[in-house]
Amino acid sequence: MATIVLLTCTGLGLGALYFLVASGLSLIFGLMDVLNFAHGALLSIGAYGAWWAASGNLPGAGRSGFGFVLAVAFGTAVGTLAAVLLELAVIRPLYTRPREQILATVGVGLAAPALLSAIWGSDARTFPGPAALSGTFPLLGAAIPVNRLVLVAAALVVLVALRLFLGRTRHGLVVRAGVEDRAMVTALGIDVRKAFTLVFAIGGAAAALAGALGGLYFGSVDPGQGTSLLIFAFVVVVMGGMGSITGAAVAAVGVGLVQQFANYYTAAGLGDLAVVVMLAALLLIRPRGLTGRLA
Amino acid sequence: MTSELTEPLLSVRALRVVIGGRHILHGVDLDVAASGVTALLGRNGAGKTTTVRGILGLVPRTGSVLLGAEETVRLATHNLVRRGIGYAPEDRGVFASLTVAENLRLAERAGAGEPDYPLVHELFPELKTRARQAAGTLSGGQQQMVAIGRTLLNGNRLIIADEPTKGLAPKVVTEVAQVLERAAEAVPVLLVEQNLALVRRLAAHCAVVADGRTVHRGPAAALLADADALRRLLGVGRHDAGTPAEAQPRTALEPTAPRPSAADEDRPAAAGAGKAAGTANTEATP
Amino acid sequence: MSTTTPTAEPTRQEAPGRARPRSSPSWLRRAGRWWPGVLLLVLFVAPYSALQVPGVFDGPIGSPGTLQLLALCLVFGALATGYDLLVGRLGLLSFGHALYFAAGTYATNTITLEAGLPFVASALLGLLVGAVLAALLGSVSLRVTGIGFSMVTLAFAQAGSILVERDPGGITGGEEGRAAPAQQLPASLVGIQHTANLYWIALAYLVITLVAVHWAVRSPTGRVWEGIKENERRVEVLGLRPYGFKLLAFVLAGTLAALGGIVYLLLTGGATPQTTTSDFTLSLLVMVVLGGSGSRWGPLIGGVLYTWADHRLGDLAGSGSVAGLPAALRVPLSQPMFLLGAIFVVVVYVLPGGVVRLPGHLREARTSKRSPG
Repeated sequence: MATIVLLTCTGLGLGALYFLVASGLSLIFGLMDVLNFAHGALLSIGAYGAWWAASGNLPGAGRSGFGFVLAVAFGTAVGTLAAVLLELAVIRPLYTRPREQILATVGVGLAAPALLSAIWGSDARTFPGPAALSGTFPLLGAAIPVNRLVLVAAALVVLVALRLFLGRTRHGLVVRAGVEDRAMVTALGIDVRKAFTLVFAIGGAAAALAGALGGLYFGSVDPGQGTSLLIFAFVVVVMGGMGSITGAAVAAVGVGLVQQFANYYTAAGLGDLAVVVMLAALLLIRPRGLTGRLA
Repeated sequence: MTSELTEPLLSVRALRVVIGGRHILHGVDLDVAASGVTALLGRNGAGKTTTVRGILGLVPRTGSVLLGAEETVRLATHNLVRRGIGYAPEDRGVFASLTVAENLRLAERAGAGEPDYPLVHELFPELKTRARQAAGTLSGGQQQMVAIGRTLLNGNRLIIADEPTKGLAPKVVTEVAQVLERAAEAVPVLLVEQNLALVRRLAAHCAVVADGRTVHRGPAAALLADADALRRLLGVGRHDAGTPAEAQPRTALEPTAPRPSAADEDRPAAAGAGKAAGTANTEATP
Repeated sequence: MSTTTPTAEPTRQEAPGRARPRSSPSWLRRAGRWWPGVLLLVLFVAPYSALQVPGVFDGPIGSPGTLQLLALCLVFGALATGYDLLVGRLGLLSFGHALYFAAGTYATNTITLEAGLPFVASALLGLLVGAVLAALLGSVSLRVTGIGFSMVTLAFAQAGSILVERDPGGITGGEEGRAAPAQQLPASLVGIQHTANLYWIALAYLVITLVAVHWAVRSPTGRVWEGIKENERRVEVLGLRPYGFKLLAFVLAGTLAALGGIVYLLLTGGATPQTTTSDFTLSLLVMVVLGGSGSRWGPLIGGVLYTWADHRLGDLAGSGSVAGLPAALRVPLSQPMFLLGAIFVVVVYVLPGGVVRLPGHLREARTSKRSPG
């Protein structure tokens, strides 16, 4: 029982990470048809930003209490900024060349982690989390690491915030409409490119937050962290339906749990394998999984 | 051939559209009168919808498009539309997953004054009662009401309606026609239409495109009275051997004439129209 | 959305084409037709050369170190050429090409190690494994189109990568990879003194790939590929099924990649999990786009340039001359991948069509400068 509870909590924590990465990916692809291969890099940037700030480099930020919150906020802000820059400087000039947009994100996805290893080395760095978050708490006989709870809480907050944004604001309305038919949105007199920058900012913020909190989950940061999460995020995006936030949330939980349980109860690695095979199977069964827009 | 329009509101000259290396429009000339309805006619695949999309900048185009005195051919679509154009596209362009109210709210424009909901709700009371319904679950006629309603919110200078009666039941066609007639009292309308009875009832001027160029411009009544020209330009009138078979079903002379597909099409439209509208050219001449 | 008058376009394009033959002497033109043969001859005799190319290579051309690097350049040039069959000729953006390369490497190595077969037999079996795998997974992946195809190929390759890393039954060697058994390889292919033989094998692989790809592209099938890339639906209208033609290209490219994997196994003396990763495929994509996708020589040039730059930049990063630079220069220079990624993005922007289009761009620029307006 204790094992099942622990696996469930870990799976949920992992699912929370996936959701944070996939929600942005899904919105970006849904609205712009850009598969953002640099999304993992945004996560890494957020992780390093938070690590850098928490390691005492940012005045006021630190490894405990409010200082840690500030460090996470800093990492998220840096990731958001990087995402906005990516959209304005790399994606936007290639607006009429969709294939090159993907290629450019591939280039950025390769270059950004390399730059991180150039600056801080390619080895994993220990992530300085607050003592309060590194402990465990008892739940139904299992000792659950507190950081899982933090991740799930953060994902829930992002989920609610995104749903409110999409459902209640005019910008959210534009994004939802753009996911359906971009051309018609412009034909109503709306500059849809502003929405592009906006979804990149939102996606970058969520991914960077995932990076900053992922440091807690993994206990360390390394330049390739984001890229290795990216493929699982793709699975979540396809499963959840492009452009669908709720779908991404459900799929993220499913993928996280399947991965944890399969890895534990069968051979290690089989869970990861099951998930990527699931991606292929899903696309084959539902070839329109990538275009079925639910919003 | 040229109509004597004094001061047209929209003046299109030598409009060319090339999509994927294929020339869809070779030079369309068109004037939209400053009042009343101007009809854009042509057979299936002649380039009517591409002309409209070219005017709006939804497809890459060259040539000249004057709105009033302003050259707009270099403007991005949203900037052109903000100068006062309401557009109801061929596939209605309704956002299926959004509610009726949200569809209308998207059309609101900052700086265009208070959105004229009283007018829209007066013309289409159903849009008020169904405000919270997802637009994708509406019938084709109701979706067309949403599409036209969006063009009436903003006090536009010009309304462009691309085949607003396509696929609608005869009763709904009459309803749509009444709304267009009333709208045209206040705002000039560019109407793409296959239904010649409707054109006869609404339009003062017309232009005919064929194979991507303008082949006729003039008063609508004169063209409609000329059976020879109608047959030559639009392939309607007599069912002679020269008429392409596929053009017949959709070029019925009377709105009440049974059209084979009309009843079938008047059902909730599939949500899958999707982004294809942004790139595909629906009227490509092979 | 430009308002360029239609007459301006053709004159700009015709001008350089007309000017060139008139200005170049006939011997140059004749040499132009024969340069691939001449280059092949030069590459063939390279191991006998003691020529020093300072800055480009550390040792003389015939030295084992330089030959090894040259051989790697040729292998990746060929690999990129085969990959471009999918990307450039058919417009199929596969993100899983590493799988077939790694299949060649790992299958051959594992069969040699576990079954104790002679290397040539293992290599043939390894090639077969690569071809069958490509046929199998290709037939499944090609059921989806567009970005879905990219994702399915990515998923399959990732599955392969995970399998290799998890080391089932100890046959892949996990993260360390597995060295090829020197005692089971032909003696002439082992040891630093035989680097020239490996180089020639790499050269042979390149020639096989170039011939196979060019022959395939010029065949009637190749013309259908061209049609599929331009407009798949129009090919369907002609009564042809694009699926079969795409599968053919997928299997051909996969088999060529597996062959490359076998050459790579010999060249590096083992199988490493890095060749299974999605980053490996992405670097192939970088090579193809860098050189010029869909062109005859572009992917080869891209592959050679990339491999050379990757190694030389790596050497440079470790050298003292970089360590002495200020941080702003030293940091990016210490990571070849950063430079290559950045260069790639720049090429995507300013040089659509890759390096092979550079002379054309320059000529155009010169012509338009000479005759303004």
